[in-house]
Amino acid sequence: MITPETVAYLARLARIELNETDLARFVPPLQEILAYVAKLNELDTSQVEPTAHVLPLTNVSRSDDPLPSLSNAAALQSAPCTDEGCFLVPPVIE
Amino acid sequence: MPDFAPVIGLEVHVQLNTATKMFCACPNRFGDPPNTNVCPVCLGLPGALPVPNAAAIEAAVKAALYLNCSVSSFSKFDRKNYFYPDLPKAYQISQYDLPIGTRGSLEIEVSGTTRRIGITRIHLEEDAGKLVHAPGASLVDLNRAGTPLLEIVSAPEIFSPEEAYAYLSSLRLLMLYLGISNCNMEEGSLRCDANISLRPAGSSTLGTKVEIKNLNSFKGVQKALAFEIKRQSSLLATGTPIVQETRLYDAATDKTLSMRSKEEAHDYRYFPDPDLVPMTFSPEYLARLRDNLPETPQHRAQRFVSAFGLSQYDATVLTSDPALASYFEDTIAAGASPKLAANWIANNLLSALHQTSTSIGACKIRPPQLAALINLVETGTLSSTSAKTVVFPAVFEKGIDPNAVVAEMGLAQVSDTTQIDQWVVDAIRANPDVLDSLRKGKVKAVAKLVGSVMQMSRGKANAALVSQRIAAILKDMHGIEISG
Repeated sequence: MITPETVAYLARLARIELNETDLARFVPPLQEILAYVAKLNELDTSQVEPTAHVLPLTNVSRSDDPLPSLSNAAALQSAPCTDEGCFLVPPVIE
Repeated sequence: MPDFAPVIGLEVHVQLNTATKMFCACPNRFGDPPNTNVCPVCLGLPGALPVPNAAAIEAAVKAALYLNCSVSSFSKFDRKNYFYPDLPKAYQISQYDLPIGTRGSLEIEVSGTTRRIGITRIHLEEDAGKLVHAPGASLVDLNRAGTPLLEIVSAPEIFSPEEAYAYLSSLRLLMLYLGISNCNMEEGSLRCDANISLRPAGSSTLGTKVEIKNLNSFKGVQKALAFEIKRQSSLLATGTPIVQETRLYDAATDKTLSMRSKEEAHDYRYFPDPDLVPMTFSPEYLARLRDNLPETPQHRAQRFVSAFGLSQYDATVLTSDPALASYFEDTIAAGASPKLAANWIANNLLSALHQTSTSIGACKIRPPQLAALINLVETGTLSSTSAKTVVFPAVFEKGIDPNAVVAEMGLAQVSDTTQIDQWVVDAIRANPDVLDSLRKGKVKAVAKLVGSVMQMSRGKANAALVSQRIAAILKDMHGIEISG
C-alpha cells in the first residue's frame, strides 16, 4: 500500500526533492505499478530456483594483470570542483 | 553491581594484495598520488562495465577454506545501495545472500585455554574511496575505490576483550600465512568493527547491541571493548536501557563516543548486480585449492617442536610470522643446528630487527650468513661473545660474510692447545701468588690466571679450553686439584 509517506521515504533514498503536491501525485502510479507486479504473486514459485542473472553465463573473469589507468587530469576533467588532485565535495560531517 | 557478561562479534575487512582492483585493471596500490590509479570502472562513469578479478575470487575461496567454511558451488555479486561521496556509483558491489563462505571457525588461545570461534560468513566486495576532510570541503581520492575486500564476520561467540584480541591476532596470522593480504592496520589493509552487548551473567538472551567503529589497532579493539563493558554495565546496573547505536572509539581519551550524526535506518535495497554473472565452483576447483592450502601456524609450530626439538615457546615465537618461520627453516637448511638457530633468531635477530624497525624481509643478514655465523661458534672458531657483540652486528648492518668479518678483524679464536698451554705456563709464572692462594683453598684465584691468559692472547684464546688447560696444568705440574 503506497502512501504519501512511502513516496517521501523513496524520494529521500533516491535523494529526490518532492513537494507536497508531488508526494500525493506519485501515489496512484506507484500503486498501479505494484499492482501490476503483484500478478506474479498468483504463480506458485515454491519449486522455482531464484534467478541470479538473465544470461546463461557463469564465471566471467579476467586475469590479475594491470593496465594503464587514466591520468589525474583525465580522471578529474568532468568534476565541477577539484583541489590537490582530488574531487572536491561539500563537507562530509562524520 | 550485578554481573554482566559481554557478547562480542567482530567484523573484519581484509584488503587483498592482488596486483589489480576487484573489477578493473587499475593497479591496487597504496600510497600513490590521489586519483592516479583510476579508470572509468572504478570512477563509476556511465557505461563502464566491471569484470571480476579471478585472483581475488581465488583468494577469497582460499580464505574461506582455510577458515573451515563451507563454500557453496554457486555464488553471486549484489549491489548495496547508498549515497556517500567515497562511493562513486552510489552502490557498492558486495555479496548479500550467497556469500563465498559460511559457517567457518577459527581457533584462539587465551591464557592457555584453546577455543573455537565461529565465523558466520566471508564475502567478497569492493572497497570505497578515501575522504580527506578539509575546512569547508572534503577531498575525494578514488585510488582505493574498487580494491578487493574480504569481509569476515564472526559469530557472536567472543566473550571478553582478550578473546577479541586473540581472535584478531589469529585471523591476521592466518591471512599472512595464506599470503593474500599485507594485513597492515596503519595502511588500512586490515580494519575491524566490533559489536558488543551485555546480558546478566548466566542468561542466554542477547542484550541491546552497540557497534564500535574507528578501531585502529588490536590493542584499541581490546581497550574500546573494555570501556564499553564498563559503560554498559554501569548503565544497566542503574536500570538505564542501552541505546542501539554506533559509537566511535577515541584512542587519545580511551573512550567511545556516540556518533552524533543522525542515524538513518539503513535500507540498502540489495539486488543481484546485472553487470556481473554468477560464479560457480566445481568440486575439482575446490579440491585443488584445498589441497594447496599452506600449513597452518599451529601445525608449523607443532612440527618445529617434534622435528627440531624446539620448546613450545620458541616454536610459537618463530611461527608468529610466516616470513620468520621460513627464515628459520632456511637457516637450518643452510646447515645450522636447529636449537642454536632458534636461539639466535628468537633472541639476537628479533631484538636487532625490533631496534632498527626492520622487517624480516628487508633484513640484510640472510639465512646462509646466519648459519655460517652459528657454525663458527659451534666449531669453536669464534667465541660466543665475539659472535654476539662484534660479528653479528657487523653482518646485520652490512649483510657481509661472517667469515670475512672474522678474518678482517682477527677474531678467530685460538683453540691450539700447545699455544694455550704456553700462555697458561707463562701466566702461572707471572702470578706466583695464585698458587699460594689456591693451596689455601681460595679457588677463585684461578680467575686471575684466566684473565692473564686472555690478556696475553688479546682475548682470542678459546675460553672453555683455557679453563680446561689451567685445571690440567695445575693438577699435573703443581698437584693442585680445582673442581667446578
